[in-house]
Amino acid sequence: MEISLEFSGGAELLFDNNKKHDVILPDQKEKWNIKNLLVWMKDNMLRERPELFLQGETVRPGILVLVNDADWELVGELEYEIQSKDRIVFISTLHGG
Amino acid sequence: MDELQLLKDELSKRDAEIAKLKMALQEKEKQLSLRTDVTEEALKPLKQVNKLSNESISRYSRQLILPELGVTGQVKLTNSSVLIVGAGGLGCPSAVYLAAAGIGRLGIVDYDEVELSNLHRQILHTEDRVGMSKSQSVATTCHRLNSGVEYVPYHLALDSCNALPIISQYDIVLDATDNVATRYLLNDACVIAGKTLVSGSALRFEGQLTVYNYENGPCYRCLYPKPPPPQTVTNCSDGGVVGVVPGIIGCMQALEAIKIASGIKSSFGQRMLLFDAIDGTFRCVKLRGRQPSCPVCGDAPTITQLIDYEQFCGAKASDKDKAMNILEKEQRMSAKEYKTILEEKKPHILVDVRQPVELEICQLPNTKTINIPVSSLQKEEKISELRDRINQLKSNGDDKVPIVVVCRRGNDSQSAVNTLKQQLLDNNIEIKDIKGGLHSWSKNVDHNFPQY
Ligand SMILES: [Zn+2]
Repeated sequence: MEISLEFSGGAELLFDNNKKHDVILPDQKEKWNIKNLLVWMKDNMLRERPELFLQGETVRPGILVLVNDADWELVGELEYEIQSKDRIVFISTLHGG
Repeated sequence: MDELQLLKDELSKRDAEIAKLKMALQEKEKQLSLRTDVTEEALKPLKQVNKLSNESISRYSRQLILPELGVTGQVKLTNSSVLIVGAGGLGCPSAVYLAAAGIGRLGIVDYDEVELSNLHRQILHTEDRVGMSKSQSVATTCHRLNSGVEYVPYHLALDSCNALPIISQYDIVLDATDNVATRYLLNDACVIAGKTLVSGSALRFEGQLTVYNYENGPCYRCLYPKPPPPQTVTNCSDGGVVGVVPGIIGCMQALEAIKIASGIKSSFGQRMLLFDAIDGTFRCVKLRGRQPSCPVCGDAPTITQLIDYEQFCGAKASDKDKAMNILEKEQRMSAKEYKTILEEKKPHILVDVRQPVELEICQLPNTKTINIPVSSLQKEEKISELRDRINQLKSNGDDKVPIVVVCRRGNDSQSAVNTLKQQLLDNNIEIKDIKGGLHSWSKNVDHNFPQY
């Protein structure tokens, strides 16, 4: 399943400083949701310092997740069932001014 | 004789003029007088008007003819007050546009003084005001643009004691701050006081904007119930920022405040604007609604008065870096001691742990410096380069190869010493860092060395 993963606000620094990654999720028995996507990202994409991105089974505080330009809270957070061509964005909140 | 009388008359005329000027000056100074304490007398209620003067009609004519705003909107603006917290990269542009548009009263809070490194983005300050209170500087500049606005500069750090008394005197609040603790403080204070919070932030080439606690929409805590781990937070001093980026976000904060004050609705309640200056994109995303479980704006709030926000966030309520002390005394050397090592040509390895772009700005006079950014200390190829150098020095017969680690201010270098020790696992090396980093080098060894 093809989806696009995007990073901003500095979260991209943990992913080869690349803001957009088109990835193909391998077929698997259970449905892909954000919960197992995060596990897959940790194993396949996150090269160093996972604690700067993840905390337990979810993203660390201060990272906002968007699914197709909407807050993931509106679509079920970790349980959201990923669809082909989805655009999932991870935004690190900025605090500077 | 006539001549004498003439001079006397002239003198008393001038005296009267001087007295008049002094009065006017006093009046102006009073108007711009810095507030450093909330226990000072409360502000008089903003004088409410119901029509515009001829001068105002001329002055605001270009926005008055907009049907969305009109005279009604302008009168509402004149009768409104806005508090800007933070007189920096976001606060400067928002203040100047609110002043220009004719907001009735503009409060500006900042504890800080103007520094040279502020001026690339904090555009209302000037070179001759380095050292002056930032809130005073913003008020002074805005006063020159529009003297019809009432300015209230506060030279103080917003905290759990003074936040509510100040905020409750204003209609709309702008979050133009630079740190996590103050952002939570402002959010909670605005929820408790029932004020809309127009929040902006910026770093590097990116900016974000949201309006919180607006028309039953979410607050900052609804979005971020838990503060970010302190090590994941980057400030402008460490991460850098292009001046125009907070400029754009600050302008948008002013715009949203003007829309709310004049009766046009804000576009960013329950929405967030994401600006990426490298890609040239503005993206607007839909946010969650107000969370019934929110500890401050929810149905059964547990935070009903302000708490200790530095403790809650585990971080100081400023963007100033404080000196860390991780290493033991024996693991550190002064900049002067390192100068001796260089002068005596003592064999050693210097590891600079800053980003490559920072080495372009300045570096210590050592032609064999190894650059391993602190974020790459775990990368094997970097470590093996260092190992090769260690082995070279060992074969020269030197026992205990000295490794010296340096960074900008002497914080990263300390954690780098610990990381390198773990990575190298070599008993024949001795790793130390330079206390105070390049700042100390500039201060204590080479006064011509630049500081950034
Ligand atoms: Zn809330």
